[in-house]
Amino acid sequence: MTTLTKTEDAPAPSGSESFLSVRDLRVQFSTEDGIVKAVDGLSFDVERGKTLGIVGESGSGKSVTNLTILGLHNPRTSTIDGEILLDGKELVTATEKELEQLRGNKMAMIFQDPLTALSPYYTVGRQLSEPYMKHKGASKKEAKDRAIQMLEKVGIPQPKVRFDDYPHQFSGGMRQRAMIAMSLMCDPDLLIADEPTTALDVTVQAQILDLLKDLQQEFGSAIIFITHDLGVISHMADDLLVMYAGRAVERGSVKEVLHEPKHPYTWGLLSSMPRLDGDIHEMLTPIPGTPPSLLNPPTGCRFHPRCAFTGEVMGTLCTDTRPPLADGRASACHLTAEQKQTIFIDKIQPRLR
Amino acid sequence: MSDNLTLPAQKGSTDTSKETLLEVKGLTKHFPIYGGFPIKRKVGAVQAVDGVDLTVGVGESVGLVGESGCGKSTTGRLITRLLEPTAGKITYLGKDITRASRRQLAPVRSEIQMIFQDPYSSLNPRQTVGTIIKSPMEVNGIEPEGGREKKVRELLELVGLNPEHYNRFPHEFSGGQRQRIGVARALALNPKLIVADEPVSALDVSIQAQVVNLLQKVQQELGIAFLFIAHDLAIVRHFSQRVAVMYLGKVVEVGDRDSIYNRPRHPYTHALLSAVPEVAIDDEAEDRERIRLYGDVPSPISPPSGCRFRTRCWKAQDKCASEEPPLVQISGNRDGHLTACHFPEDPTTEARAEDVVLDPALKALEKDAAGESGPKVTKG
Repeated sequence: MTTLTKTEDAPAPSGSESFLSVRDLRVQFSTEDGIVKAVDGLSFDVERGKTLGIVGESGSGKSVTNLTILGLHNPRTSTIDGEILLDGKELVTATEKELEQLRGNKMAMIFQDPLTALSPYYTVGRQLSEPYMKHKGASKKEAKDRAIQMLEKVGIPQPKVRFDDYPHQFSGGMRQRAMIAMSLMCDPDLLIADEPTTALDVTVQAQILDLLKDLQQEFGSAIIFITHDLGVISHMADDLLVMYAGRAVERGSVKEVLHEPKHPYTWGLLSSMPRLDGDIHEMLTPIPGTPPSLLNPPTGCRFHPRCAFTGEVMGTLCTDTRPPLADGRASACHLTAEQKQTIFIDKIQPRLR
Repeated sequence: MSDNLTLPAQKGSTDTSKETLLEVKGLTKHFPIYGGFPIKRKVGAVQAVDGVDLTVGVGESVGLVGESGCGKSTTGRLITRLLEPTAGKITYLGKDITRASRRQLAPVRSEIQMIFQDPYSSLNPRQTVGTIIKSPMEVNGIEPEGGREKKVRELLELVGLNPEHYNRFPHEFSGGQRQRIGVARALALNPKLIVADEPVSALDVSIQAQVVNLLQKVQQELGIAFLFIAHDLAIVRHFSQRVAVMYLGKVVEVGDRDSIYNRPRHPYTHALLSAVPEVAIDDEAEDRERIRLYGDVPSPISPPSGCRFRTRCWKAQDKCASEEPPLVQISGNRDGHLTACHFPEDPTTEARAEDVVLDPALKALEKDAAGESGPKVTKG
């Protein structure tokens, strides 16, 4: 985003200032094969108490972004540029000690696979109490009471007994509930949920999603919800960021992005998904090709090798100029607004019925 | 939404009168659990599949859905005889193959092929793509017209890969391309039935549609019957004319596509459909019922007595614990739509007057929220 100006966000008429603000974030990893540009110039804002959904395929940089916010990358192999402001505090340049104060306290994370994210060596209760004792200076007794209260809140039966259980004694859904309880122990202002339900069955997923939503209303945390499932995101998020190959390609409220998508990649995602009430005789319309390697990403717009609409753009804009993503509701595409409108109405919308 | 579905439904119900290709009766697989010291004895059994009845017609595509651990993959492996069934009967084209020996099975094996879930572990990394696709023909001593290599190149072209890539190794391909190689291998012997075990769930969303379209093309153009095992209900609906829903080793409901997706009767089918997260493209798309179950699937080592779903069911009564509901056609169901339930639901997926929320934590939170903010709509 070269056109980035530090203007206040236009789309928030309520005047609520952003609580987390990421500006022109670049994350690079040096590997044996070369430098991987995992995130390339990403900017977004999260408001207090709101949910930002980030969707994208594997390798689009959504998890990398969030590990960067938490400061979990190895500084020896990664280069991080840009700005991450959490409640006015700069995180990119923060020391390890400062980050430690924030992690588990002001910001917490729910991981995809609770079996690997929970330690098999300690009881669930101990793992829940630890951050509370560390950050809030609570006694063991207070931490235990708090942990039992949280376990009950997330729907674990007999929380007093289960407090002393090990993670392997919990079922998959229960483990994810325990993870949620753990992340909420210190009442964090920011919760990052990285594919929290991908490993779960649909009926359990539905329970966990509703639980997370209701808990958010109670705790008022801001949530960054990462997933590859557009259905899940339409259920969970207020705002949506679509990522492709390390860049944001479209941004807006969930309704705007899903009802009137403006980027060819979002069109592709929506029309390649079968729907429960769709026409069964209609073939799916997949996106041709495969996601690019980030070792050697395409020039210009990174989606251009898979895009069906490059022909409608003048000259070689798509192949040599990176399309800018404006603030607010925007899509990073060289097509003009009218072109997007006509293509969506004529070609894309009929497929989604 | 229902009017554009009336046509395929009629087609679906006539499909059941088609010639039967594969028939499964009372199929059972119990994996023994050994324990004790010093002599290990059988102390129990995982009842992975427990009395499954299923038919697949010639050229028909049957979907098998259910959550993890419900026995759908085991059923697929029993049908391909990769596992030995504990009890039950598998009939292929009128021939009983349940206990057939290796030699008796050889001609049948080539007609029933399998596509696996993980395109990374199901291809031998030391063999070239050509060798991988050719080997089923070598094993069965089949010499196609123009030689095996020509056939392999044709197959590669059919599944949308470059025939020039004949000598490449699997690691040179992406996940979606590898799954295409798996499809080409399954097609090498001109099978009559393909058991596809979660063929797209390991792939990215944009690639899933490519493989689903390929399978659909193969099914329609070559007339191959499919047993399509998946947990994604939307993909199964897209692909299958008939659908069977499994829960804890049993088929709880089976019927044509329209019956299962628009007129389900079993509470579990209702719960499963309502749990699918759908993209709300229109504003009016929110008229689906909302059911939130509690807890996970019980252990198949000691499944609940009677109806296996009763521990998570909101309609369960004493009868459900004592008597196992048979898989029968309930009055009001179409032909071939069978349900195993004592107290079936109404055949609709429309929103109910009151949501079914069994999760106590969710219930408590929603009560609080409703109490605080007055008449709050709790619809998802």
